[in-house]
Amino acid sequence: MNVSLILIILLIGAFATYFVGDKLASKVALFFSLAALGCSLVLLSHFNAGENISLVNAWITQPKISFVLNADGLAMAMLLLTVALTPVIIFSSFGNEYKNAKGFYALILFMAFAMTGTFLAADGLLYYIFWELALIPIYFIALIWGNGDAEERRKAVVKFFIYTLAGSLFMLVAFIYLYQKAGSFLIEDLYKLNLSATEQLWIFLAFFLAYAIKIPIIPFHTWQASVYQKAPTVGTMLLSGIMLKMGLYSVIRWQLPIASLAAKEYMNIFIALGIAGVIYGSIVALRQKDLKKLLAYSSLAHVGLIAAGTYTLTIDGLRGAVLQMIAHGFVVVGLFYAAEIIFRRFETREISELGGIRIQSPKFTSMFLILVLASVALPSTFNFVGEFTVLYSLSQINIWFAILGGTTIILGAYYMLKMFQNVMLGDANSKTFADVSVNEGISLVAIIAVLIFFGFYPKPITDLITPSLETILNVINKN
Amino acid sequence: MNTLIAITGLGIFCLLFEILNLRKAIVPFTIVGLLGVLALNFYEFGSTGSYYNNMIEVSKFSTAFSSLFIVLTIFLIALSHNFYENHQTKISDFIAIKIFLLAGGVAMVSFGNLAMFFLGIEILSIALYILAASDRLNLKSNEAGMKYFLMGSFASGIILFGICLIYGAMGSFDVVEIHESSLSAELPIWFPIGMVLVVIGMLFKVAAVPFHFWAPDVYEGSPALTTALMSTLAKVIAIATLYKLVSALNLIPSLENQDLLGTFEIIVVIVSMASMTVGNIMALRQVNVKRMLAFSGISHAGFMLMTLLSVATSAGVLLYYTAAYALAGIAAFSVILYVCKNQDNEDVTNFHGLGKTNPLLAAILTGSLLSMAGIPIFSGFFAKLFLFNQTIQGGYIALVIVAVINSIISVGYYFKLILAMYSKEPNEARTGKPFLIYAVAIVSILLNIALGLFPSLVLDLLQ
Repeated sequence: MNVSLILIILLIGAFATYFVGDKLASKVALFFSLAALGCSLVLLSHFNAGENISLVNAWITQPKISFVLNADGLAMAMLLLTVALTPVIIFSSFGNEYKNAKGFYALILFMAFAMTGTFLAADGLLYYIFWELALIPIYFIALIWGNGDAEERRKAVVKFFIYTLAGSLFMLVAFIYLYQKAGSFLIEDLYKLNLSATEQLWIFLAFFLAYAIKIPIIPFHTWQASVYQKAPTVGTMLLSGIMLKMGLYSVIRWQLPIASLAAKEYMNIFIALGIAGVIYGSIVALRQKDLKKLLAYSSLAHVGLIAAGTYTLTIDGLRGAVLQMIAHGFVVVGLFYAAEIIFRRFETREISELGGIRIQSPKFTSMFLILVLASVALPSTFNFVGEFTVLYSLSQINIWFAILGGTTIILGAYYMLKMFQNVMLGDANSKTFADVSVNEGISLVAIIAVLIFFGFYPKPITDLITPSLETILNVINKN
Repeated sequence: MNTLIAITGLGIFCLLFEILNLRKAIVPFTIVGLLGVLALNFYEFGSTGSYYNNMIEVSKFSTAFSSLFIVLTIFLIALSHNFYENHQTKISDFIAIKIFLLAGGVAMVSFGNLAMFFLGIEILSIALYILAASDRLNLKSNEAGMKYFLMGSFASGIILFGICLIYGAMGSFDVVEIHESSLSAELPIWFPIGMVLVVIGMLFKVAAVPFHFWAPDVYEGSPALTTALMSTLAKVIAIATLYKLVSALNLIPSLENQDLLGTFEIIVVIVSMASMTVGNIMALRQVNVKRMLAFSGISHAGFMLMTLLSVATSAGVLLYYTAAYALAGIAAFSVILYVCKNQDNEDVTNFHGLGKTNPLLAAILTGSLLSMAGIPIFSGFFAKLFLFNQTIQGGYIALVIVAVINSIISVGYYFKLILAMYSKEPNEARTGKPFLIYAVAIVSILLNIALGLFPSLVLDLLQ
């Protein structure tokens, strides 16, 4: 038994969903995503028992490209994030009607397939293929099923596609260059390379372009807010919950160990860019009138902090970053889902037109409040664990980084609570707001349960990721 | 050798069909015949030999490329059935011309003598002139044929002049003899000049910048099926021949002897960069899909020319790139033929809403465009990957970066078409599901994906 099983399930699921037709598509997709989740948990138990669940296969002889899926703790954690969020995301869409549903759900599963592959691949080129492959489904999901004016949406989506593709192609050139040096795309061979400082700088920058666009880090974030707003909520969840974690994960897995000299040399610049994202995202979020856009900018602020954490090159920074990646993945999916629930009832996302929901739907209000508090890293939530660890690691580098990064908590609390006040509190709205349905409740409760459980007891995840992060850190410090 | 004879025989049979009044059976018969030739060609693969005083030289290179040409011709013949529905009386002529064109192409990749090389070029070109003008009541088609004929014969003249200079320098038309005498240190200056003229003529046939200006007009004016043929089969034949010419005549070492190698490389790099950039930037502005694909073909020619920088090792890469490009082109053109049938132009507006009215063909066109843009898992991605790998190995990292930037630009116009299909409202419904067009589109895109999943199958053929 090895991890390729998950990929096979998701791929078959994508095809099966397409062929069962529009009526059954959503249920079949949910079934396959749950099957993938179940199998991953089984695999996790095998992995924890010390079994080898990696896969090594030859693929192309010349140039030498292998089909290698390597499951270490870090990859397993990201795999679980993907397969746990996919059913939640699919289930959250059950209240909506989609035209051509079979295509829609098939693309979601296909995207989950590509993202899982990205997290598992241990051959540079295989990784690149999955990385690019994940771009196609989200492009179509946002383009065809998105909302808002068609012309604006088209512009936003094409900009997003060309931006990300442009970044990735430079990463491809970097990989080919590395191949010339190492004679293989395998990650362990790339780790062993001894590159000069200049070479490392160029490779670091090529990788940075790809990841900074994906994450996004300032100043490569301009695609983000409009795509988040224009994409259907499911697409936004996939993008913010999982896809941008691909960028952060890749920083840890590929960029830092391969170009470690450059990472150390220019550490301060990249931490500063991350922190700049925190402050910029928070300030812009303060002034947003559209609920989804506000969440998009808050997401920019949070991932800026995660990115800063990864570039500290300390075990705490990396660990905090990974924890926060997972926590942020759940909380942001929850928040976007809450926004979608409001939109289903009021058909608007303008904050000024909302309000007075609390009186009509107490259950929804309390769930939304928990999500808001989690997102501003209230102690006892999972986000607190992640964000605090990252801030601690920043303080080890330079106390000012920690202070500036800490503004995320202050500013975040300010704009999130203000948003909550405007959206939920106040006099009763003229429109009626039905409380959460059972389906909606299940998704929200599942997300909240994860956030609170790991908030009190993050040990399973830290135990899972720490050994592999230490290995990576050893590679970084070797040179 | 047998392949060439069989193809010519098949062409003559096609002409006989007209006399015997068997027009209805001609498409299936020709396809079966070509499959037979393909089998024969596979059977010959690996055997080498030279025939008729070294006029024809069969090698792995020639058989591999001949197989590709035959496969492409099969697709093009299958598309003919639907395309010439309203020209039943001429269908056998058109099909016979295509078969002769294939014979010319096979001769061009298996020449052992420059005379044979020129014969091949002329057979190919004359067939193309006729096909370009084959819609004889259409003014645009006439213009295209005339333009192509004037430009093409001029290029043929230059090639012929170059061959004469080579003969003057070497005293022979025979490739092996030229190869041997090119190793001697003292070469008359006529040899490189002649080679430059021949290469210029071939660059014209490939439609590389700055010899590209005929392509957009001719592509737009010609009947759509002829455009499909020019942009896939004819382009692949031309680039393969150029490659064979440079490698068989031992151009690189002989230039090195005279300290001219650097100049040659700079010229190739510049032509390649210019072709990519000009082709892509012009393509961005087109509204006619055929014209857009013409410019995209120019930029792909620029990519393929990169293989000339490492002639010793890049035959497999060239085979792979041409196969990936041509298969994507065939799939794209079969959808274009379907969509633009009975339309008087091929503007992007015809494709509006195809994603809703005909999801299958829209998906196939999307796939082929993604392949041309170089998105994985389509073979176009691997083609670019192997090409970049080869070129970086040769040390031309700047060229690769220009190529990468061009890949990004190309996404702009490929996606214009995809956007039109998926985000615009359909303007009219099309009826009828012509079996052969569907079959060609599906088979070629599946072959494209199969090449992407198992690149070694093609890539290792020539190593």
